[in-house]
Amino acid sequence: MSAQAQSVPQAAEQPEQGRSPWSDAWRRLRRNRLALFGGIVIAVMLLLCLFGPLFSQSYEDQNLDLGATPPGAAHWLGTDTLGRDLFARILFGGRISILVGLVATLVALVIGVSYGAIAAFAGGKTDAVMMRIVDILYALPFAIFVILLMVFFGRNIFLLFIAIGAVEWLTMARIVRGQALSVKHMEFIEAARALGYGRRRIIFRHIIPNLLGPIIVYTTLTIPAVMLLEAFLSFLGLGVQPPMSSWGVLIKNGADTMEEFWWLLVFPGSAFSLTLFSLNFLGDGLRDALDVRAAKD
Amino acid sequence: MLRFLGYRLLQAFPVMLIIITGTFFMQRYVPGGPFTAEKAVTPEVLRNLNAYYHLDDPLWKQYRDYLWDLCPKAFHPEALARGLDLKQAFGIDFRPSFKYPNRTVNEIIADKLPVSLELGFYSLLFALVVGLPLGVLAAVRRNTWIDYLCSSVAMTGICVPTFVLGPLLVLLFAIHIGWFNASGWYAPIDRVLPSLTLGSVYAAYIARLARGGLLEVLSQDFIRTARAKGASEARVIFRHALRGGLLPVVSFLGPAIAGILTGSFVIETIFQIPGLGREFVNSAFNRDYTLVLGTVILYAAMIVGMNLVVDVVQVWLNPKLKFE
Repeated sequence: MSAQAQSVPQAAEQPEQGRSPWSDAWRRLRRNRLALFGGIVIAVMLLLCLFGPLFSQSYEDQNLDLGATPPGAAHWLGTDTLGRDLFARILFGGRISILVGLVATLVALVIGVSYGAIAAFAGGKTDAVMMRIVDILYALPFAIFVILLMVFFGRNIFLLFIAIGAVEWLTMARIVRGQALSVKHMEFIEAARALGYGRRRIIFRHIIPNLLGPIIVYTTLTIPAVMLLEAFLSFLGLGVQPPMSSWGVLIKNGADTMEEFWWLLVFPGSAFSLTLFSLNFLGDGLRDALDVRAAKD
Repeated sequence: MLRFLGYRLLQAFPVMLIIITGTFFMQRYVPGGPFTAEKAVTPEVLRNLNAYYHLDDPLWKQYRDYLWDLCPKAFHPEALARGLDLKQAFGIDFRPSFKYPNRTVNEIIADKLPVSLELGFYSLLFALVVGLPLGVLAAVRRNTWIDYLCSSVAMTGICVPTFVLGPLLVLLFAIHIGWFNASGWYAPIDRVLPSLTLGSVYAAYIARLARGGLLEVLSQDFIRTARAKGASEARVIFRHALRGGLLPVVSFLGPAIAGILTGSFVIETIFQIPGLGREFVNSAFNRDYTLVLGTVILYAAMIVGMNLVVDVVQVWLNPKLKFE
């Protein structure tokens, strides 16, 4: 839904920004069947998770008499031990997993892009200190950091967004800095400086727009990484709390009961893996299409 | 090279100090303590316990004392005066654990780390043996069905997380077919499923990085030159391209080895393996302050050390870096 709303103004702006690189990229992307497949699966999954719960059985209606039933006509993917419809639960869990993926990625994006761009532009000692800080944060064992946060503030979903976003921005900052350093020395930046533009204007109006390619690509690739983290935390019991559920929670419950009820593990696991698959293929396709080289350093 | 090494070693000290300080104060600002979960602790007992472990000292004093204990005894004047053997002099004392009575953190680490190391070694072996050929094959046969197959296998490894793959493998090979035990860490055969599970993700990353790195090198001029001179395809790949193409794999391996070796909490939970990864997360749940700090320090030291090794290997693989 939001993807469509965003694409309209972008299309209107494109002719002025020079159309050929973007339309070239689009043409290359369309030729990549795996990426296209990924995009379609994601679209279907988004639509299902957004609107599916409106039509499906309720995700929280319990039917204790029913218990866990294997997949069948009444419940396509079976029911869990409390007699709740698994298909509805997967759709609803998907909402949370995807929401966490999007919001936490946005947090990581905002922090990482600003941090990396500022470090690259400031250069010298400031840059060295800022990147040292990133190195130190990289060396911090992430599990402890998040566990402490979760225990400290209670297991709150908004904290989950911030905690994951706060971990994932590091890579984004490194990539943006690397790219920005190479853009920084190009002539048009000199020109902007010669025109007397301020630092802020140069960073946000001239450097960041020229980093859009790598940023788009790594955003697409960060979303699955974030969803993986959320599921990992939920698997440990530190993520999304009942009665809410996410794919990680469903997988955890499935793993606990898999000896008797295999479908409780297999279907949530498949939904999760399929989504990660599609996002990664789309991200790879975008990388090839936009011709982004992996930023080293 | 030596100067570079010395410089990086010097840098490691402030990094470690910041990590220790951050962890120390962060866990202290979390409400609760190591004795809050214990049943039937009267206020007097609690006060005595706190006094015994110096938890009633001001925080800065506890911090100073901890750092002082951490410092090898060779730097303690009063210990030196008493006389020391080599092990005492340079060993690091992580203090006793709060949750395991009568055991020091050093003993717990000595007990659990070898298990994690063994699991990590097999996983890494699996990751390299599977990942490298997959990546090289995919790069050499770019955009053919072989490439798509290898890349898809690698992608599967990344997209099927360990906590899905592990239980699925157990379901299939332990419960239904019965080749392995579902859990435990006794017979050599118990190593197979956990190592496969833990190694699969790393194998997948190695394959992708090797493919990407190799493709980039293969598009460079010196490869064209080698081909023009009539070098065979195998020679071009193995003699010329591989050395530079594996650089991304090398930089990934540093942190990966540290992560693998300290064990994965999820793997150790699924397969009931008595390793350090499980201890590490449980200690945070339990507020076992000294055990948390001990494992964090060990983990951080491994990452810092591995990154150092990676830097050296990178210079060795890519002589261009020497002049930068």
